[in-house]
Amino acid sequence: MQLLHHLAADEFKERLSRGDIPLRIGPYVYNLQSNVPSVVTGIETLYADFQLAKPGEFIDYNVTLECSGILGRLRGEAKFIFDNNSPFDPIPKGQAYAFLEWGMNWCVSLHTNEYLKLHAGAVSRADFAVIMPGLPGAGKSTLCAALGLSGWRVLSDEHAMIPPNTTEVIPLSRPVSLKNESIDVIKSFSSAAIFGPVSKETHKGVVAHMKADLQPDSHDAKSLQARAMVFPRYSKDDPQQLTRRRRTDSFILAAYHSFNYSLLCDAGFEAMKTLIENVDCYDLVYHDLEWALMAMDQLPELQSGQ
Amino acid sequence: MTFLLAQLLLHPERVLELDNAQLNVLLSQGRNSRLLGSLAFEMQRVGADTQLPQIVDRHFQSARLIYEKQKQDLSYDSEKVRLALDSVGQKLVLLKGAAYILGGLPVGRGRYITDIDIIVPKDRIDEAERTLIAFDWEAADIDPYDDHYYRTWGHEIPPLTNLKRETTLDVHHNILPPTAGPNVDASLLFEQLIEVKPGIYTLSWKDMVIHSATHLFHEGEFHHGLRDLWDLDRMLRDFSARDPRFWGGLLPRAEQLQLTGSLFHGLNYANQVFETPVPAHILEEASSWSRALRKPLMDFLFLRALRPNHPQSRLRHTDLALNLLYFRSHYLRMPLHLLLPHLAKKAWMRRIKKNGAA
Repeated sequence: MQLLHHLAADEFKERLSRGDIPLRIGPYVYNLQSNVPSVVTGIETLYADFQLAKPGEFIDYNVTLECSGILGRLRGEAKFIFDNNSPFDPIPKGQAYAFLEWGMNWCVSLHTNEYLKLHAGAVSRADFAVIMPGLPGAGKSTLCAALGLSGWRVLSDEHAMIPPNTTEVIPLSRPVSLKNESIDVIKSFSSAAIFGPVSKETHKGVVAHMKADLQPDSHDAKSLQARAMVFPRYSKDDPQQLTRRRRTDSFILAAYHSFNYSLLCDAGFEAMKTLIENVDCYDLVYHDLEWALMAMDQLPELQSGQ
Repeated sequence: MTFLLAQLLLHPERVLELDNAQLNVLLSQGRNSRLLGSLAFEMQRVGADTQLPQIVDRHFQSARLIYEKQKQDLSYDSEKVRLALDSVGQKLVLLKGAAYILGGLPVGRGRYITDIDIIVPKDRIDEAERTLIAFDWEAADIDPYDDHYYRTWGHEIPPLTNLKRETTLDVHHNILPPTAGPNVDASLLFEQLIEVKPGIYTLSWKDMVIHSATHLFHEGEFHHGLRDLWDLDRMLRDFSARDPRFWGGLLPRAEQLQLTGSLFHGLNYANQVFETPVPAHILEEASSWSRALRKPLMDFLFLRALRPNHPQSRLRHTDLALNLLYFRSHYLRMPLHLLLPHLAKKAWMRRIKKNGAA
């Protein structure tokens, strides 16, 4: 099994520049290409422990972030290219890394429908998987990052993928995306956190990604049983609490936070129903990460105690 | 001259012979040409879906699901448009993708659409617009010059959008702008409508083919070019198999609509790219339609534009061909004394907009 960091630095750069870095990411193989220095560094740092697919394996997504042409170089702009198309406007080179990560999310958001895809983080500890849907800004990525630095396995901070009519979640481990204040919050939470390039002035402000495959089984492809669904909400003012929430409300909110609930039509409804009927649902209001981690650690007991 | 996507659309069972690199190229070309849905249904039709590895078929499966959802949305939205038009006694006449899908035609299987195209008689288009706006379709917030351009020189009004449904409706009154060379008498189209669902109509089979060819060969941008050519292939095969008089009536109808040239281009390139069976005498007439000198130029342009934008299928000088076709489309749409001031005005507006934004 060859991992990305097994490649010598020169070979890595050379292969990345001509688009021959096929990485196994969850159930997919992404083939990456880039000549933008921050993107090269970012991939080298954050995907070091990802497995390289073997030559000739099936590639799901070809993703390129490239600065090319005289105009592109003069303007310092890079392009995201997928299937030889640029679906988005060129971006300033300084934001290229964040764009690579968004583009990689976009591939899954737009093109895969074999799973019910929730816009949610997913984490697990000792085979106890928790799905965490949340609006942008609800603090799910911050919580994912902190959990990842505290012994939990991060399955995804963006897509919880549920095979229809199961309560399983498919790992799609990638770096965790942190925005604005969350970056410093996590840096002060743990000095062990490894960050990729910082992208400034993006439409979401300052963005940096944290290496999140920190457990020995981080790249295990097997699905895990989802046992709980937690709706995190960061709030400075409200009292911190972990409370049960009704399944019906949770159904509606989770469906709202889904990428393809509506696209899957009846199958989407059935898939969501199976999931919600079999997991306990909670609201988690927090402002102190240590407290939130303690609350998350209690979940298995709460459940066995019913 | 052929490329992987065309081969596989025509012989979907061959997908099982492809290696992983070729499968990757096929998926890229399919997505890129907006033909993945059509390809996915072809795969399923020959049973290749169950024989492909799951990690490959999941991409086709996803395309099929996207199509099914789109079809459901289309049925719903069309019914709403039908109700609106019915309130003022107008028929809903669907064009292009929406017509293929709701008409239940093989060409509609897996066909992706970006908006719903409809046609109403020109003397009732103001009434249709007012009514649709009253029924929740919103007029786009566009520049007054563009609005004026649509209404004076266009064959459609500015697009209407249903914000809640995120659906766009293009309301046409003709299939070509009034300034284009051929002067199409659109009232002829309304004489041969087919009712595909209660109160929902499409053009006749011949008119659908002629419209599709006309649209394709007056188009300035070819992102959908190959997809439109595939439409033509599917329709020609299907209609000629089901109606023995189809070929006999097609050319006279095109002449009546003054659209023979576009139809001939369509037949010619469908035959070249997708091996569409066309009766020999018609094909001969079609390929000699372009004057001998122009034919190599036309082939140079269209055989480049009608390929997937992918390194494995692109020919040299494709950018040049696309640029020339872009100018050709404008030239076909308007005489130069209208076109040049229009392009100058648009360029000026873009400049102002850009400077204003900066």
